[in-house]
Amino acid sequence: MLDFLTNSLIYWLFAILFLLGFFGILANNNFMKKLMAMNIMQVAVIIFFLLLGQKLGGTLPVIWGTDYVVEHYINPLPHALMLTAIVVSLSTTGVALALMMRIQDHYGDLEEDEILRRMNK
Amino acid sequence: MKKYAALLTIALAFVFFYAAGDLPQIGDKDSPANVHVSPRYIEDAMEEIGSPNLVTGVLADYRGYDTLGETTVIFIAGIATAMILRGKKEGDDAE
Amino acid sequence: MKPGFISFVLDTAFRVLVPFTLVYGVYVLIFGEYGPGGGFQAGTALSVGVILSKLIQGKEKAQFNIRGSMALILAGIGTFIYAAVGFTTMIFGGKFLEYEFLPIPVHELTELHVWGILGIEIGVTICVMTTFIAIFSALTGEEGPFKDA
Repeated sequence: MLDFLTNSLIYWLFAILFLLGFFGILANNNFMKKLMAMNIMQVAVIIFFLLLGQKLGGTLPVIWGTDYVVEHYINPLPHALMLTAIVVSLSTTGVALALMMRIQDHYGDLEEDEILRRMNK
Repeated sequence: MKKYAALLTIALAFVFFYAAGDLPQIGDKDSPANVHVSPRYIEDAMEEIGSPNLVTGVLADYRGYDTLGETTVIFIAGIATAMILRGKKEGDDAE
Repeated sequence: MKPGFISFVLDTAFRVLVPFTLVYGVYVLIFGEYGPGGGFQAGTALSVGVILSKLIQGKEKAQFNIRGSMALILAGIGTFIYAAVGFTTMIFGGKFLEYEFLPIPVHELTELHVWGILGIEIGVTICVMTTFIAIFSALTGEEGPFKDA
């Protein structure tokens, strides 16, 4: 039980967060709610990457002093990758909101089935 | 429709929870992510770059070409937002 | 009547929040090589400062204002600064973004890396800050056909 708590529980939690977003994208009918679910999914992936960079007893990757060993600093690579991913996700959210404003302007609605009905009419 | 979504989510949940057993323990110093490239970054960055902040060193020097791509993506996203929203509104063609 | 300010609460909030956010953004940019920070974080902090200024004082009268069309031009300039550093090293005989070939007189070779990183981070900061301002002003309808929405 303790092995499960220390080893897998944190991965399970972020798997659940990812699945919440996945279910939200599939099951919701409103485009705005789909976008929010997509952002939840994105956060789960980002935190999963950051988890893989952790080291027990390591500090943040800014070097102080002259003599240091590798084990004292956590892995800087996931931080560098996810830093850009967060900023890119913010700007893609902006593009999605702009597209939704256009859809609302054209169809007068953001519900998916309503839009499909009006497209096929 | 929601029923199929729930079934698909549960199937994916089983895959994830099965795979979580094989992932390295949190904080493991010898996990594959921590032994492959990053020790070289941590050891040599101070002599090669002279910047104590390793995240900046990796982002701007070792992977500078990557970051140019990311910056271009952000710039294009800004242009796309402006282009989507600044066109004519529907029915404004008469003016 | 004082121009731009709406109420006492917003006046105080503006004075407390916005200047410190902008100064902190510049600090994060300059200090980004010696402590936690960097171009992307600095750009986000600076854009938050300008957007707060626009929200509090209105789009026309804001004291720290960058208009949407100007913001798009500045975003292009930021990306150009980044690429220009890369091409400068190519002109002086190196590869793309190889900072040892920058034409700056220094004592040690690693100092050139620091100058190169500072140059491209200024570009990243300008690009990120103005892109977010452009997205904000496009979504809130500062210019263009969605002005009334």
